[in-house]
Amino acid sequence: MRVEPRSTDLIVFEDVSKFYGEILGVNRINLTIAPGITSLVGPNGSGKTTLMNLMTGLIQPTRGRISILGLTPTEPERLFQVVGYCGQFDSFPRGVTGYEFVSSFLRVHGYPRAKAEEKAWQAIERVGLVEAAQRRVAGYSKGMRQRIRLAQSIAHEPQVMILDEPLNGLDPMARAETIRLFRELAREGLHLIISSHILHEVDTMSDRVVLINNGYILAEGGVTGVREEIEDHPIQIMIRCDQPRELAARVFAAPHVVEAQLHPDRQGLFVKTTSPDEFFLMMNRLAIESSVVIESVTPVDDDLAAVYHYLIGSSGGGEA
Amino acid sequence: MTSQYTATYSSRFDKATLSHWWRQIVAILRIEVSKNFWGRRALLLYLLALAPVVILFLLAIVDPDGASDISRDWNSAQLAFVNIYDALILRTVVFFGSAWIFMNLFRGEVVDRSLHYYFLAALRREVLVVAKYFAGMVAATTLFSFSTLGALFFLYYARGYPANVDFLLDGSGWQQIVAYEAITLLACLGYGAVFMFIGLFFRNPIIPALVVYGWEWLNFLLPPFLKKISIIHYLESHLPIPIDEGPFATIVAPTPVWISVPSLLLFTTLVLILTAVRIRRMEIRYGME
Repeated sequence: MRVEPRSTDLIVFEDVSKFYGEILGVNRINLTIAPGITSLVGPNGSGKTTLMNLMTGLIQPTRGRISILGLTPTEPERLFQVVGYCGQFDSFPRGVTGYEFVSSFLRVHGYPRAKAEEKAWQAIERVGLVEAAQRRVAGYSKGMRQRIRLAQSIAHEPQVMILDEPLNGLDPMARAETIRLFRELAREGLHLIISSHILHEVDTMSDRVVLINNGYILAEGGVTGVREEIEDHPIQIMIRCDQPRELAARVFAAPHVVEAQLHPDRQGLFVKTTSPDEFFLMMNRLAIESSVVIESVTPVDDDLAAVYHYLIGSSGGGEA
Repeated sequence: MTSQYTATYSSRFDKATLSHWWRQIVAILRIEVSKNFWGRRALLLYLLALAPVVILFLLAIVDPDGASDISRDWNSAQLAFVNIYDALILRTVVFFGSAWIFMNLFRGEVVDRSLHYYFLAALRREVLVVAKYFAGMVAATTLFSFSTLGALFFLYYARGYPANVDFLLDGSGWQQIVAYEAITLLACLGYGAVFMFIGLFFRNPIIPALVVYGWEWLNFLLPPFLKKISIIHYLESHLPIPIDEGPFATIVAPTPVWISVPSLLLFTTLVLILTAVRIRRMEIRYGME
């Protein structure tokens, strides 16, 4: 017998709209999110961050109601006992170390010192930053800053994690580790709501996809039906490195790479691959074995029409 | 929730909730006080707080005639000091210092894009207002009390050792020091609440702050009723030596302590309540600031 989830297990948007003055943020959103990994997909400016900020009470809806496991975002003192939000704001209190950043906000949550310290170290360990934890955040790389923010948002062990473009700026290995962490959290029964404009990420980790554009939800549904489509379709990836020519020659030798083009500033290259999984594995190997210093690997496939085609249009798996 | 600590939270004002709030206030105080004393914005505060000390040092120690003038005519020296205290310490150092500290409690975090970390904690926003205000008070009262004390030290130092001991032990010396320090504290309390309110309500707080400055500065010209709608009136009521506000000033009897202190406390409480109401509805939209 199938057990229907209770309303206290769900995240519910009821006819939610948000306008910034005359500008539309999101409009007439009706959405129910069950536990598991749900990806909000859409191009930049489509309303993903607005939805996430509405869920966490950072902004308030012009109309409609939002319920997170039966709680409303107007009660932060209750909401953030069960919600953790890792936003895109890449800013930190001045002068703090990674450890201080995590532990001090655990104490703001109300944890006694010893418990805050224990939980801070657990979270830092989970994101693999133990060695850098006592260094100042100002000296961290973009990927490390992303990971320490992730640690801060999971440190109080929330039931709902809201993550705005959480893989941005991570190197391939950290990216794979972080996706593994998300899967682990989802297996523990958490809600993970992850925004992304990158298809490959969505495909790798989501149970469910919500496609959003211009403030409207265009479609929602499972991603299993579109996996094969994605594998057949080349995706474009930008790599920042110190020796783009050498790297281009090496990656182009792989059968799944269909195009490699140098970036105009000669500090990177664009690669098109039909097999993102194999490509990222290859990048991991190259990062370790070759002399090329890889700064970042970022899929740049953010075209909405392509997203729609991959996820909904061709598979018919969604409920448009 | 997985934690026994946050699970104890309830909206009732019971002992567990109050102790939870207290822990949160202490945690915020730790972060904010360190930011107020060691952050990059603190430099201006130190310069402001040092200004009266340096001026008194120059007048009383470096100026060759200064020390002898002070010890020869102590009454005039005290009168000069009360005017320096009123114009420089109270109306300039404490006023602008409080503006800098308290307006930046929220506005500074919006500029630094770090306010959302507090908004994303299991924390009542009212508790955040109280904690931030306390943090501002710790910074303001510490700096400006030492500034007042430093200025008084050089005044007394110039008068010489035996005369000072007599003045402090047998005369009104201690009362004066306590009065000056208490006025400084009350000024931080009142101006702090006003500037925290301004920092939260106005996108550009400079203009309202200057309006308040003008109102406080022109207070001596205002009719008696309006004169009492200011902070400076209540502060000047307790100066150990009355100051002469000039020929155009409206004369109003000083407000007694039992009215002025509760009035300032009540005013501060009301402003904090308004600030708390405002912050409950506040949105984080850094890009639009």
